Amino acid sequence: MTGADPRDRGGPQQPLLIVDGLKKYFPLRNALGTVSAHVQAVDGIGFSIAKGETLGVVGESGCGKSTTARLLMQLIEPDAGSFVLDGDPVGRGGVTVRELRRQVQMVFQDSYASLNPRHTAAQEIAFGLRVIGKDTATAEAEARQTLRMVGLDPDLYAGRYPHEMSGGQRQRVNIARGIALNPRLLILDEAVSALDKSVQAQVLNLLDDLKQRLNLTYLFISHDLNVVHYVSDRVLVMYLGKIVEVGPVDRIWREAAHPYTRALFSSRLSMNPALRVAAPPLSGDPPNPVRPPSGCRFRTRCTLAEDVCAASEPALIPSPLDAAHAVACHIARAGSGHSLAGALANAA
Amino acid sequence: MSTSTTGLAALPPAVRKVARPPGRSFWMRLGRHLLRDRVAIVCLVILLAIALSAIFAPWLVPADPYKTSMLRRLLPPGERGYLLGTDELGRDMLTRLLYGGRVSLSMGLAPVVLATLIGGALGIIAGYFGRQVNMLIMRVIDVFYAFPSVLLAVAMAGVLGAGIMNSLISLTLVFIPPIARVAESVTTQVRNQDFVEAARATGAGSWRIIVEHMLANVTGPILTYASSLVSVSIIIASGLSFLGLGARPPIADWGLMLNTLRQAVYVAPLNAVLPGVMIFLTSVSFNLLSDSLRTAMDVRA
Repeated sequence: MTGADPRDRGGPQQPLLIVDGLKKYFPLRNALGTVSAHVQAVDGIGFSIAKGETLGVVGESGCGKSTTARLLMQLIEPDAGSFVLDGDPVGRGGVTVRELRRQVQMVFQDSYASLNPRHTAAQEIAFGLRVIGKDTATAEAEARQTLRMVGLDPDLYAGRYPHEMSGGQRQRVNIARGIALNPRLLILDEAVSALDKSVQAQVLNLLDDLKQRLNLTYLFISHDLNVVHYVSDRVLVMYLGKIVEVGPVDRIWREAAHPYTRALFSSRLSMNPALRVAAPPLSGDPPNPVRPPSGCRFRTRCTLAEDVCAASEPALIPSPLDAAHAVACHIARAGSGHSLAGALANAA
Repeated sequence: MSTSTTGLAALPPAVRKVARPPGRSFWMRLGRHLLRDRVAIVCLVILLAIALSAIFAPWLVPADPYKTSMLRRLLPPGERGYLLGTDELGRDMLTRLLYGGRVSLSMGLAPVVLATLIGGALGIIAGYFGRQVNMLIMRVIDVFYAFPSVLLAVAMAGVLGAGIMNSLISLTLVFIPPIARVAESVTTQVRNQDFVEAARATGAGSWRIIVEHMLANVTGPILTYASSLVSVSIIIASGLSFLGLGARPPIADWGLMLNTLRQAVYVAPLNAVLPGVMIFLTSVSFNLLSDSLRTAMDVRA
């Protein structure tokens, strides 16, 4: 099914989705209900997702990964930002938000909480199909078909309630619910994180299989770097509501340019006990997103921080060596005023 | 592509049949739990007996509940063929207790049913939409909450005037706030779960999500709470009748009978307490049944 997709309007070169200047501040209200401050959950991020790719999103808890996912799903309204869906701007003069929503579906982390406890697997999948206007019988039939696609025998599982299934089976139902609506982009928000390793592998294989068969594009959010490495084509690293680095997965794995990305990777446990690090590469918690540090948001925990890092915020600019690899760090940009500026790029 | 995660497909058909779960829904599981609960069954039997004998009173007891006789006043139970004796006007106690069940049971159930519909709807709307809608509805409810329920019922019945209809209205108003509160808190909890987000992600409208996703998940706790109010309603309704704000003579009503027989408590104590016993039996049964319902609902598979 990798041939021409009738939904494809912009051609293979046109990214499926371009996001620009996406911003979401959550107001903090005091006892009187007046807004006292804002949590800067997502602060002006921009990226694009190519057709058929898997874009991995990594970062610590609270860095804005899930908020980004919910913004893309239109589950929460962005304070600012624009979307371009397959070449058409979303909103005024382009495709509607409704259209965007239909092309994007999501699989949540908690397989139990994301299924209605009073619905059987088939009912749960059929709900979305009925919402888009199919009658009950058609929706049920399609739901059973979708169950088969995710590797669950409809004769056995269609009538089951969430509590009658295992975590892996429930997550398959969640995936089935997502793909039943025939989306082009599937957001996987920590979709395999709660599963044990063997089930995780099965579900990842299923996702890979579905991607080929249904011409899907994935936004894969996870804190598990090994899994991200395995599934992603490109990786996007977030810190405190900002993108700090984005690039092809192998490049980032080999030569991450941002100190935060490097720290993140060195926190991975090695399979080789001799290579295990004793000291934590990063100390402390991320700063309060209500009042983020001036300049570079990572500078408070960065071992290489200098005056320039507090003075100005580094822009996300493409690396001189690889245009697909962009970094938001003063060190990566020659002439930024940082004493190490350009040194890393030269070393690489 | 693999066809099954569990490897069940590899098993012979006979084994698969056994392994297949019955696909039991929430209400079926609840029913099974209740049927295993002895207290619940006893309460159900008592309530059913009281309700059926009230409904079929004309066929069960041939006596007229309103026929008075000065000659047969306050006969003790068993005398001259009166199984439970007679009241202060010589009317058959058994007959009046059965007929009284009609009024008392309706006064227990009707206000709670009405308040559940109104208060439940208000609470679900407040909980689902949140923010300003929640603020508006719940603050108005809080105003009613400030008054003790019995006092509120008495005040309202006093304003509206005596009568069964008016005490029904005032009881309904008394029960709306607590039910709305329970409904609101349960709805808020369910609303924040991922499956509601997932439903919204399909593009479904609020009404559809409330009907198809919220209702089934919130009715259980709301009904459990409402069932515990039935006994309170019976007692307050009896209280209103006792105070002369509810049913008016000569209507047979347990609260009213308690009031009129009160002067005879030294002469015929057994007759005087009988209506009280009926109120007690009914409200205790409703309470215990509601407790069983709550335990049965707590059980997570």
